[in-house]
Amino acid sequence: MTVTAVKTGAAPPAASPEVVLRAEKITKVFPGTVALDNVNFNVYRGKVNVMVGENGAGKSTLMKIIAGVEQATEGKLLLNGKPIKIKSVLDAGRHGIGIIYQELNLFPNLSVTENIFMAHEIKKSGVLIDEASQKERAAQLIARLRQPIDPNDIVGDLRIGHQQIVEIAKALALDIEILIMDEPTSALSASEVEVLFEVINELKSQGVAIVYISHKMDELMQIGDYITVLRDGKLRAERPMSEIDLSWIIEEMVGRNPASLFADRQQTFGDELLRVEDMTLHRVGGGYMVDHVALTLHHGEILGIYGLMGAGRSELMECLAGLRPEASGKVWLDGEPVKANSVKERIDLGVAYIPEDRQRDGLVQTMSVADNMLLASLQRYLSGFLLSKKKEASNVERLIGELSLKVADPQQIITSLSGGNQQKVVIAKGLLTNPKILLMDEPTRGIDVGAKSEIFDIMGRLAAEGLGVIFISSELKEVLGMADRILVMSKGKITGEFSRAEATEEALVSASAIGHGVKTLEVEHESS
Amino acid sequence: MSQAETVAPIKNSRKFTMTDFQQLLLQARAYIALVVVISVFSFLSEAFLTPANIIIVASQVAINAILGIGMTFVILTAGIDLSVGSVAGLIAMIAGGLINEGLVLPMFGIIVYFQVWAVILISLACGALVGAVNGIIITRFNVTPFIATLGMLYVARGLALLRSDGNTYPNLVGKPEFGNEGFPLLGSGTFLPSDVVNGWMQSMSGSMPKILVDSLTFLALPYSVWIMIGFTIVAAIVLTKTPFGRQVYAIGGNERAAKLSGIRVDRVKVIVYMISGLCAGMVGLLIASKLVAAHPATGVFFELNAIAVVVLGGTSLMGGRGNIGGTIIGAFIIGALSAGMVMVGVSSFWQQVIKGSVIVLAVIVDQIQAQMQKRVALQQQQRLELATQE
Repeated sequence: MTVTAVKTGAAPPAASPEVVLRAEKITKVFPGTVALDNVNFNVYRGKVNVMVGENGAGKSTLMKIIAGVEQATEGKLLLNGKPIKIKSVLDAGRHGIGIIYQELNLFPNLSVTENIFMAHEIKKSGVLIDEASQKERAAQLIARLRQPIDPNDIVGDLRIGHQQIVEIAKALALDIEILIMDEPTSALSASEVEVLFEVINELKSQGVAIVYISHKMDELMQIGDYITVLRDGKLRAERPMSEIDLSWIIEEMVGRNPASLFADRQQTFGDELLRVEDMTLHRVGGGYMVDHVALTLHHGEILGIYGLMGAGRSELMECLAGLRPEASGKVWLDGEPVKANSVKERIDLGVAYIPEDRQRDGLVQTMSVADNMLLASLQRYLSGFLLSKKKEASNVERLIGELSLKVADPQQIITSLSGGNQQKVVIAKGLLTNPKILLMDEPTRGIDVGAKSEIFDIMGRLAAEGLGVIFISSELKEVLGMADRILVMSKGKITGEFSRAEATEEALVSASAIGHGVKTLEVEHESS
Repeated sequence: MSQAETVAPIKNSRKFTMTDFQQLLLQARAYIALVVVISVFSFLSEAFLTPANIIIVASQVAINAILGIGMTFVILTAGIDLSVGSVAGLIAMIAGGLINEGLVLPMFGIIVYFQVWAVILISLACGALVGAVNGIIITRFNVTPFIATLGMLYVARGLALLRSDGNTYPNLVGKPEFGNEGFPLLGSGTFLPSDVVNGWMQSMSGSMPKILVDSLTFLALPYSVWIMIGFTIVAAIVLTKTPFGRQVYAIGGNERAAKLSGIRVDRVKVIVYMISGLCAGMVGLLIASKLVAAHPATGVFFELNAIAVVVLGGTSLMGGRGNIGGTIIGAFIIGALSAGMVMVGVSSFWQQVIKGSVIVLAVIVDQIQAQMQKRVALQQQQRLELATQE
């Protein structure tokens, strides 16, 4: 791979390309977790610097630090060898660092030009906006990206792919040297991805360093020049892309021998616990979020649901948990038809839901560990009209023991726990409702490896006690290692069902891509 | 279990540090402020800390405290109730009308007069009903509490004025032939008649130390103070010892998580606004009873006092944090400050400046404490991690 002339001409193209930005020994501590632990990261000029890692590995946090959204607890940033302080997004822009988030940050009601110059308008005599120069400059920027977009168009009317181009143009308007792209292709169609890659190559040739974050391995291999792997907040490795292959990436990302994480389980299932037929949830603006889904679950069974983001997995769980009263479909619990359709009633029937986003949906941050645990089952601790301290304390203690929760004092505030322990509190809250079914949406997201395997242990133990567990995971190894049976979802439909014996990574991945129109081999899948 | 036990000693062996002390000071800030206010004024004015004056201040405090109790429930859910002053006015007018004019039922051609206890119950129920309307508008129609209760502020005031065409119901003593006498007792009555207590005091003065004799005055506490005490105890128990109270805190802390925990968020919120309406109604009754007249402008701007005492008591406007005890202390701080400044002779213009400054200062200190709490939580977590690594 040859590098064409670098725009600035400051450094001649050499065998080892120039590092434009270096993050040194970055540590970031959040209440509840250490997101980054002593991480180094190099950004090479005129290259695509790929960053990969599992969910919660710390990629986004590192990007936020570079982009000025967050500040590092420790460590420094070196731009062209000189230490810099980035205290805000504005600072980052001044240093030539731009970021494009997974969710586009555009004003759909304004024109392309207005979006590009938002908050740094070109002004006439310092007061009025100079529309003419803005339009001219916008046209230049878009021309640089070689896309047929009219600067006068309203952004909301553009295709998603073109909106992304506008984001890039917005960043370029600031004369950036470094452009961070966080999962830029997650909303794009295959042809739009091709266009984006052309734009990236164009930018590379102009000397812009790209930092590219994605989960899609084939894309990374295609576009990347350098790859940095993070795992559990630590730097694993940095290599030129030419030296490595897909299996190396996966090994570095996942690291451990995945099998060791999962407890061996006896697979003896009881009677049918849950039967769902025709579960349907309409999408606002047409189509389905959950498209006529049917599934069954037995006592003692762990059912894994795999799929890409937006496949409808979380929505399916929300339907089961009673969060989506507008959903239609038939549900039987232990053979009895279920009419109740509110969260409260479903909890009373024995359905406990562990939401995906702990902070937003699972915990009350102002309350103590104990109060959070008890929240869903307060009626059980009444004596007369009042809550009995004794009943509360004994239940809290029992669950702390059962889940080996690491907590000094149950009355301490919930935010003082680490991510894994917080997750255990959410699980404890669910278990205290005496559930028959545990619905877990990404139960190991953002927690460290040790806590992960503990959570898996707990799941296995609960299943052995006769509970039915349904869990969602985006991590193949988890689903393969933990589930007795795996359902794959794509575009709201169940596109594959595999027993533990049948399931392979390839089979799951191709089933999850059905309906996406991406180059993929159609797989035969049977629903047994 | 084993982990929990190995970790526990870490906490116990910890020394009492400077941060702990600062935290303690910050947590007790409302009490400290109250003590400071009382000490300053009792130093400046001899009459300030006399039993007679304390009773006067306490019965004034009762108004703000009762409104503040209702407001605490609302603010704990991260809501606000701007209508309480107007509701107090409306309820005063409803009670006044029931006593002086009775309930006119034109379709039957009769007028019903209720006994005083029934008037009180009906009025309180009306207060709760107005609160229910607030709550339903907020939860059913997704109107923010600020706007919904701002609307109710005008509507209730308008209804209060409409009730008597803008006139006052004077002389709410009732008539023996209607059997509805005794309403003024609510606002100015005491459990032990004050002349009885005065008699005891006279007979004992001489044989007993003066302080003891003076303190007998407290036996003649007005009903309004007893009502405040009663409301405080019930509210504190409801908030700390019942599932409902726990749910109020949870909704204010994280409404989504509360909903996912099976809490019927809408129902809890409606009840919370009903409590606020009921407290406002109680205040309307107390004022009408004390003045022996119901004026449609009763309670103008009371909502602001109520919010002030809640905030002063350390309850966060973001919801989820705070307690009834703080609100009561807050009400006493405002009460003692107002009474003290009057007694010392601070100009009424300066009184407003000082009151306003105290409220803002209280919130600034709150923020400092919140920051500190975050830091302590972080330290706690790090200690815990260190301990479990070993």
